[in-house]
Amino acid sequence: MGDVLAVAELREGAAGKPAREVTGLARSMADALGGEAHVIAVGGPGTVEAVSSLAGLGADRIFVAEGADPGPESPDVAAATVSARVTKGDYAAVLFPATARGKDVAPRVAGRLERGLATEITAWSVSDGAITVQRPMFAGKAIATLRFRESPALMTVRANVFSPEDREGAGEVVRIETVGRPRARVTAVEHSERDRLDVAEATIVVSGGRGMQDPENWRLLEDLVDALGEEATLGASRAVVDAGWRPHGEQVGQTGKTVSPNLYFAVGISGAIQHLAGMRTAKVIVAINRDADAPIFSVADYGVVGDLFEILPRLAEEIRSVRRDG
Amino acid sequence: MNTIVCIKRVPDSATRVRIGPGGREIDPSGVKHVMNPYDEFALEEALRRVEAAGAGRVTAISVGPPESAETLRTALATGADEAVLLTCEPTTDSLAVARALADEIRGREYDLVLLGKQAIDDDNMQVPQILAELLEIPCATVVVGLEIDGRHVVARREVEGGHEVMEFDLPAVISAQKGLNEPRYPSLKGIMAAKKKPLEEKPITPSAPALELVSLEEPAASAAGRIVGEGPDAVPELVSALREEAKVL
Repeated sequence: MGDVLAVAELREGAAGKPAREVTGLARSMADALGGEAHVIAVGGPGTVEAVSSLAGLGADRIFVAEGADPGPESPDVAAATVSARVTKGDYAAVLFPATARGKDVAPRVAGRLERGLATEITAWSVSDGAITVQRPMFAGKAIATLRFRESPALMTVRANVFSPEDREGAGEVVRIETVGRPRARVTAVEHSERDRLDVAEATIVVSGGRGMQDPENWRLLEDLVDALGEEATLGASRAVVDAGWRPHGEQVGQTGKTVSPNLYFAVGISGAIQHLAGMRTAKVIVAINRDADAPIFSVADYGVVGDLFEILPRLAEEIRSVRRDG
Repeated sequence: MNTIVCIKRVPDSATRVRIGPGGREIDPSGVKHVMNPYDEFALEEALRRVEAAGAGRVTAISVGPPESAETLRTALATGADEAVLLTCEPTTDSLAVARALADEIRGREYDLVLLGKQAIDDDNMQVPQILAELLEIPCATVVVGLEIDGRHVVARREVEGGHEVMEFDLPAVISAQKGLNEPRYPSLKGIMAAKKKPLEEKPITPSAPALELVSLEEPAASAAGRIVGEGPDAVPELVSALREEAKVL
């Protein structure tokens, strides 16, 4: 009683940041509970190779269900396979990354096992063997503290909150079979043309609002994102999404995504309460706005008042220059 | 085609959240309640599917306090045929809500169950999937495109950097994302007609919550930032602050 199971997500066959973050958290939680850190991965050919590196983050055992189909596994099969492993083990907690896939599958596991699930956790503690977590509600306008009454404690883990540490784990690979029959099949995955990170996952977000004046002007924000490098991506305010200037997938705020990047640029965004709720947990916030009284400045760590059309090119240039000089 | 749409009454997204004296709920004073915005897309889709089939009923179901009847009345005014309110104390426990919905839905004839992808108050994003598991039927979440041909469904769902296409047969559970459709609003005629439509209230006792809500707090106020300067001339100082002080570049 005290093992922790991390559900590793593979993207294009690799165990990326979401898998690494939940594995690292499983390790620290298992240490606090006096148990082992386990990983489970359900994927196509090559999954064993992809997840064996997670031993370096402290995984003691790695359960791998490797199917023949290279495409994403049906969420039903993923949920059934994870549920079967959970009932065979003695788990105090099961951790999923709060990705599109993790957020889809975790409640299915909760429904199968009829256990409680806390989504998008941002903090945790253990006392007397009971696990307590914190998670945002109202898109971050309130923080809830929740105590699990039964084990296993199921949770999805917000991106960019818990950093994994290098730890030597036994990393024993155990091959398992997938369980169940898909009720629904994933028949295609369509990637958008421009391959940028999702706004909920990127460590740097550049968001634009009405102050950008015209969708054409997004080239200025794209240029800034390019200057900031691969970890950066675009976000948007609700106003510009509703106006059809930007896709909904980029919307930050209460009816969009809640984000916690290391660095958030709010450009031409006045800072409606719904928007502030979605980005206030960013570690550092920069606001660029013509109106010195805009509410966005009340949550910003650094502000620049002025014409964003003059400021943005200069900012991209300056960032390129400092990145070049190291 | 019979559709069921599950609806939640939530504080409007413009609500300034203050914690109530009990420390476990928000202070209700001055809070305006609305239909959960994502449920509007679910309701619209439920209406369109029945309209396209030319036969069937749209049933709106809510789990919540007696005030939720007002939200269901809005659903009726928008076009739903009947409504059921499973009356109980407000709960943030998704498993308890999904169980209550499953118990109500099992006894009905339905082809499609639609819900918003998440409620904007507790942000749990769990009820659609748990409900599908309890009903043992297919489920697609965060859906932005839906094609139904006979009993066959093709759903497009939003994932990081693109879309995933899922295929399955009815009956099924769909959770709606913004973009699925353009919701209509109640007409005056609809509002008048809604007064005569059936709205049944059934008191229920939800299962004990799996998670105990220990406390609800307002997030720590962020320390006041500073205006680095005005115009493009402030840029070098901003970049230097991000590098040297904040260490994020």
